[in-house]
Amino acid sequence: MTFMTGENMVGGYGSANILNCCSIFVDLGEIAVVVGPNGAGKSTAMKAIFGMLNLRGGKISIGGEDITALAPFERVNKGMAFVPQTHNVFTSMTVEENLEMGAFINSGPIAGIMEQIYDLFPVLKEKRHQCAGELSGGQRQQVAVGRALMTEPKLLMLDEPTAGVSPIVMDELFDRIIEVARTGIAVLMVEQNAKQALAIADQGFVLVEGENRYTDSGTALLRNADVRKAFLGTN
Amino acid sequence: MLLNPLVLLANFILVPGLAYGSQLALGALGVTMVYAVLNFSNFSHGEVMSFGAMVTILATYWLQSIGLSISPLPTALLALPVGILGSIGLCLFLDRLVFRFYRHQRASSVTYLIVSIGVMFVIGGLIRFIIGPDDQNFNDGDRFLLKAREFKQMSGLSEGLAIKSSQAITVVTAFIVVAAVFWFLNKTRTGKSMRAYSDNQDLALLSGINPDRVVNITWIITAGLAAVAGTLYGLDKSYKPLVYLHLVLPIFAAAIVGGVGNPLGAIVGGFVIAFSELVLTFAYKKVAAYLFGEGFFGDGLLQILSTDYKFAVSFMILVVVLLVKPTGIFSGKSL
Repeated sequence: MTFMTGENMVGGYGSANILNCCSIFVDLGEIAVVVGPNGAGKSTAMKAIFGMLNLRGGKISIGGEDITALAPFERVNKGMAFVPQTHNVFTSMTVEENLEMGAFINSGPIAGIMEQIYDLFPVLKEKRHQCAGELSGGQRQQVAVGRALMTEPKLLMLDEPTAGVSPIVMDELFDRIIEVARTGIAVLMVEQNAKQALAIADQGFVLVEGENRYTDSGTALLRNADVRKAFLGTN
Repeated sequence: MLLNPLVLLANFILVPGLAYGSQLALGALGVTMVYAVLNFSNFSHGEVMSFGAMVTILATYWLQSIGLSISPLPTALLALPVGILGSIGLCLFLDRLVFRFYRHQRASSVTYLIVSIGVMFVIGGLIRFIIGPDDQNFNDGDRFLLKAREFKQMSGLSEGLAIKSSQAITVVTAFIVVAAVFWFLNKTRTGKSMRAYSDNQDLALLSGINPDRVVNITWIITAGLAAVAGTLYGLDKSYKPLVYLHLVLPIFAAAIVGGVGNPLGAIVGGFVIAFSELVLTFAYKKVAAYLFGEGFFGDGLLQILSTDYKFAVSFMILVVVLLVKPTGIFSGKSL
């Protein structure tokens, strides 16, 4: 029994379906990566799992509980956290306030969790009183991930966390994501940098036209000749 | 001999400007908060101010009838909490009845604007049903904190400086209320969640911030500010329902000049509009007489605009700001 499963999801915007029977799952302590060409429905699948898209078919469950009908903020209470691709920080608020808002559902003391986030992303501690809107792209992504982690989620969902950051920053972000997964959190992410992402993935999904084309472990997908040729651009 | 003209200016521009500016600032703060959180221009805000003032006045009359007084302060200050509760009730009721429907429809800001104008007329009608269209004189406190004659005797100058108690009360109350609102927005969890919701609605939802709660709190604060602003304005200049309809223009001008959606901008904008109105409609004849001698500039009043045109000042500033810097002084959201 995997921790989070989205089974046979069907849905889209308006009358057209973007997801045609797509299934995604991830277990605690593991990293699952969704890759695929542009327009394959990767981000849509993430939105569907988080409840920002009404499904026409399929079922989403977390820890064995069916959450298909829950609103996004109710899913936050179920232990899900989502980092959108863009507009993922409160630009007019300081780094510390961003983290504080992340922990909004947590009415207890948050200093301890905040300290853990600062340990994970030391640069945030330095800039804690600066407005998030003034930070560089990589630092903003750290704020965004930090904000999501403040809810102490069991499932962390990242939509293209490395979009628009330099390769060095990308490697560093991936290292952090591995660290996060090691603490026992399930990590589900959509990535453009398919090769690097699959290299750290326990589970990989290759989506094409809203369907699972290949579903396997990250290393197996990297070794799969068809996947390499069609999606990774290597032989 | 510079003192006499300075006192003259202080008496007719500085003191009334501070009071009027505080009233506009409180009004504009309410408008700007609704804009920041609910994303629409609430034209019914002036009538909400009027409603709050009306409830305060009715409560004041009742307190006077049972003989309760906090002299030398006006009884209205004691009745103000009732007025605040009244306008909070009105705003929450209107939100349930009207605005929530359009929020769930994700209506465009133009739709909202028209809706709020409709709401404005309905509240206005309701007020005229309850209290009538006439002037209400409810200020029973001491009239002056400093009388012009006393000032002349004290200073030996030929010009007097008068400070009405209502002006002093306005400035002090406005300062306390604004400080409380800023403290709330910047230091409390709920206040921060309002700023977060205004900054990025989707991300606020992702963080588990309950949108209905943020909306309710915004209405509560806005209604409270409106009742305070309306009552202070009524204390200072006497209450008349029609005046509050006219007040919407300078209040919106203030919010936009400061940068709509920005609380600090609303405060600054309020004073900019108030002082511009006074500076442009003041007759400088006497000041010039002190500086250059009687009749130096002929018989004219040396008045740039007649006071009848004071609303034109708000309009002019509004047009200039929207042309030159649509985001306002403090770069709020652009309209």
